[in-house]
This record gives sequence, C-alpha cells and structure tokens, in this order.
Amino acid sequence: MKLGAYILKRIFLMVIVMFGVATIVFFITHVIPADPVGAILGGNAPIERVDAMRRQLGLDKPITLQFIDYIKGIVHADFGISLKSSRPVLKDIINYFPATIELAIASMIFAVLVGVVLGVFSAIYRNKSIDHFSRVFSILGVSMPVFWLGLLLLLLFYYHLDLLPGGGRNSLFIFPPRITGLLLLDSIIAGDWTAFWDGLSHIILPAFVLGYASAASIARIMRASMLDILKQDFIRTAKSKGLSKRVVIYRHALKNALIPVVTIIGLSFGSLLSGAVLTETIFSWPGLGRYIVNALLVLDYPAVTGGTLFIAFIYSLANLVVDISYAVLDPRMRV
Amino acid sequence: MLNTVKNIGQKEKIKLFLEQRKPIIEDWKHTYYLWKSTPLAMIGTVIIFIFLTVAIFAPLFTTYSPTEQFMEERLLPPSSQHIFGTDQYGRDIFSRVVYGARIEVWIIFIVSIISVMIGIIVGITAGYFGSAVDEILMRITDMFLAFPRLILAMVLTAVLGPNLTNTMIAISLVDWTVYARLGRAEAMKVKSQPYIEAIRAVGAKDLRIIAFHVLPMSISPVIVQLTLRMGTIILTAAGLGFLGLGAQPPTPEWGAIVSDGRSYLVDQWWISTFPGMAIAFVVLGFNLLGDGIRDILDPRLRR
Repeated sequence: MKLGAYILKRIFLMVIVMFGVATIVFFITHVIPADPVGAILGGNAPIERVDAMRRQLGLDKPITLQFIDYIKGIVHADFGISLKSSRPVLKDIINYFPATIELAIASMIFAVLVGVVLGVFSAIYRNKSIDHFSRVFSILGVSMPVFWLGLLLLLLFYYHLDLLPGGGRNSLFIFPPRITGLLLLDSIIAGDWTAFWDGLSHIILPAFVLGYASAASIARIMRASMLDILKQDFIRTAKSKGLSKRVVIYRHALKNALIPVVTIIGLSFGSLLSGAVLTETIFSWPGLGRYIVNALLVLDYPAVTGGTLFIAFIYSLANLVVDISYAVLDPRMRV
Repeated sequence: MLNTVKNIGQKEKIKLFLEQRKPIIEDWKHTYYLWKSTPLAMIGTVIIFIFLTVAIFAPLFTTYSPTEQFMEERLLPPSSQHIFGTDQYGRDIFSRVVYGARIEVWIIFIVSIISVMIGIIVGITAGYFGSAVDEILMRITDMFLAFPRLILAMVLTAVLGPNLTNTMIAISLVDWTVYARLGRAEAMKVKSQPYIEAIRAVGAKDLRIIAFHVLPMSISPVIVQLTLRMGTIILTAAGLGFLGLGAQPPTPEWGAIVSDGRSYLVDQWWISTFPGMAIAFVVLGFNLLGDGIRDILDPRLRR
C-alpha cells in the first residue's frame, strides 16, 4: 500500500472511531442517567427550575432528536454551556488544555531523559549496581500510586523542606504572559525570567510524579533493546574496526536502540493523560483533567461530555501520529 | 487398557497414574524450579500470599472495627495501641487498611470475572467468525480503546453513581478490551487448525466448536494476561476512590482512605501514608509476580 493511501485509510478509520466514541459518550451522559436534573438540583428543587434545566440541557426532546442535536453540536465544536462556570465548554477547554499539554510535555522530557540514561547505563553495566538501582527504580515506578507519591513529595518538599511550591502553575503575585498558553514557553518569548523560574519551580514536582511511571517503562524497554543491539554483528564489526567504546556505544548502538522507545513514547501518552487527572488534582494544576473531575463531582454534564470527547480526540490523534510515523519509518507496518 | 487397570493393585494403579502424567508433572517441576530461581517472583508470591491471608482472616488481625468511630481517640499518632494511628473520626487506621484488603480482593475478583467474560466473548466471536463480524467487533473495541482508561472509568462511575459496585462495573467496562484483542488473536490461530476442521466435518455446530474447542485453547494466555493486570486494577480502583468517584466513605477502600487523610497530611501524616503504602506493596507484589510469570513462560528460558 502506498503511504498516502495508508494515511488516508487511517484517517478514515479514526473518523469512524470518533463517531463511535461520541456515541459511547452520548450513551453514558444522556441514556444511563435516569434523572440527571434531579441528581444535579437535589430532590426538593422547585418544578420550574427543574423544567428550565431540562430545557437548557435539551432533555425535554425525544432521545433520537437529542442525539442528532448532540452530533450536530460536536461537528460545529459546540459542546454547550457549562452548568458550573456558565461559559461555553469549548472556551473552558481551550482555557484549561494548555496547562495539561505543558505538564505532559514536561513529564515526557523528564521520562525520556531519565529512562534513556538509566536504560543505557544498566545495559552497559549489566548486573552492576547501576543496573540493580535502575530495576528497583522501574519496579517502584509502576507500583506506587501516582496520587500517594504526589502527596508524600508535597509533604517533603513543600511542607518540611520548603524547597518547592505547593501547587498551581504560578505564585500568587506573578502574572505570566499568555501567548500560546504554555506558561514556560510564553515567559521565554516575552523574556519574563521571573515568571519562567517561578513556573519552572511549580512544574518540577508534578512533572516528576506524572513522568515517573513512563520513565520506568522507558528505562526497561531501553535496557532490553540496548542489550539486543549490543549482541549484533555490526557492533562487533565496529569494535573490531578499532573504534573506541564510546563511539561504538553512542554512535552505533544507541541510535538503533532508540527506535522502540519511540513507540513507548506514543503509548505512554494515554497513561500520561490518565495520570494527569490524578496529578492535576493533587497539585491544583489548572488543567483539563482536574476540570473533568470537578465537572464530574457536580455532574456538570455539558462539561463532562465536552472534556471527555476532547481528551479522547487528542488521544486518538496521538495514536494516529504514532502509527503514521511508524509507517514512514518501517514500510512493513502498512498492512 | 481399562481391563488391565482393573486387574492390578492399588500401588500399581498410582504408579500408572503417575506414569501417564509424567510430562505434566515434569513440566510443573520445571516451573517450580524456574520460580525458585527467580527470587523477585518469589518475593512477589509471598507478598500476594500475605495480601490474601490478611484479606481472608481480617478479623483475626484486628482488635478494632474498621468503621466504628471513637471521637475521643481521634488523630492519634501511631503507638502500640494503634500501630498505624487513628483518623479524624478516631477509627483505627490499621483495621481500616486490613479490612481494605478484603475490598481490594473483591474488586480484583469481580473485575476479573466480568472483564474476562466480556473480552473473551467479543474476542473469540470476532476471531472465529472473521470478516464482517470481526471488523465490527474490533471497531467497537477500538472505540473503547480511544479513551484513556482512567478517564472512561471515572466518567462511568460518576454517572452510574459513585460506589463500590459501580466502580467494579466501570473498571470492567474499560478493561475488557485487553482480553478481547488477546482472545481474538488466539481464536484466529486455533480455528485454522486441522482438528477444528475435523470436528466441523463430523457435523459440530459453531457454538459447540467455540465452547468446547476454541475457548479452552484460547483461555490460557488470557489468564496469564489477567494476572499481569491485577496490579493495574488495584491502581485504577484506588485512583477512583482517591478522586471521590469510587468507593464512598466509610468503606475502607485504600484510595479513599488516602483521600480522607489529605487535609490532615501535614500534622497527621499517618492517615494517608499507610494505606498508600499498602497499595504500593500489593501492586509491587503483583508486578514482581507478573515479571516472574513472563520470565517463566518465555520459551527462551525454558531449557
């Protein structure tokens, strides 16, 4: 199959899947709840308010009509008005999403750096102390609950040592510039270094907590793939050619061993978005994950619907990009 | 054959029995040997054993009720009386953690059954029938896979009503996709085997072939995958409990207890710390055991 045809097919499949995703979300938010308005307003709400809210949510219409309206809304990127913030849900999402993306990118940078370094060293010094350390680090990373680790680090670095700030994206009286919504990037563009360092100190803990599990799995894959590569013939050739150990490892082995890590980065994106929900809650990070949790706790249906659809869309998009970049790298994948 | 078995003595019978099953016994012996030579898997097994023992015999380990409140004993630090301290209602944290083990076991059990059942039915149907059925079922699976797991689970529990039962339903509805894909792959492998062709030639219907021939051959990788995923199930349930979208107080679900202690974290660190440690400990056990199983099943090691 030609690359162009493959990409078109994948995009077409994604459109179908997104339609299904929208249907699942519709089912969860419109069909399952027996009495959503009653659950939101409580049992003793006056009948006029109940009726008004039913109209506002479109619940007075038959279910098929609700579904048509709902799909129409999604096509126009209109998710309705949030019950809690009384703003269009899309505006809220645009407002909150950059914080999540920034946190995800920071976590990914941390995870890739730590994971690759640990993986490479534990492969080179197999069964030495660095390898054992890396193993313990990895197995703890996938075992510790994100929220618990976050709380303990907050207790240590904020309350006891007072080294790092306790939550949020920036300190109270620092007003970072807003251009792209990515606070650190904006501060650099505007040349506002106070805001930059402030933002950086705020992102360290959440990025560590969120990235830890990904760092652990990257370290693991990296180690396995590096060990595999080091056994290959071309490494022996490079060695017997008289190249120094450093050149063999960093120029020849590392380059090839990095390929599986690309897949893991793509796959980690989903767990990052899941983990972001917990991390953002603990660190009061004003991102989309916390937005959805807060909406769920008060059953703000339009916000829940919009937020969930948006996250599913971003997640599918990330998977699509991974698949396509894979197809570009490896023609065997195009089946 | 039957006649000869009848005519020989009890001792020979046992001998014959063992003789017939020699390969299986050898296989188990080998597995045991591999298990013994992977210390991490052994540690994992011990942790899971402790976890199960604590869950089953919870009342024997505790002197306090997990839910009864003693307001005069609130927020006590760990001591010989309350080794994990007490919470804001004077409840003994140790008892809550011990009884919490029961809840986690229950969650794992129910989620495993529901998700494996859905996954196997969808997967084997797709793999066995192929073509259009396969296409439709796998696209549906893709739709569920298009959500980050925790997010779909938490939306489901919130809408169904946050409590323990709905937590288990929600996690199952998210988790079945793993087994569906696995079951499909296995069914596709099995259905092209000659003996399936033979059974069909004899006149067996699809349902019979699936239930008695494809299913038993496809189930073991699913079971292995299930044991590998048990840690994740606990982490998801605890995450939901922590967010307030899972088991509700006073249920001593570990994640919910961590969340309980959140506002007391600075001065009463023990409320959140111990249940979190319990989660990490048990998930560690499952992960170590899972790694061990993966190593043991790896044919490259079986020599």
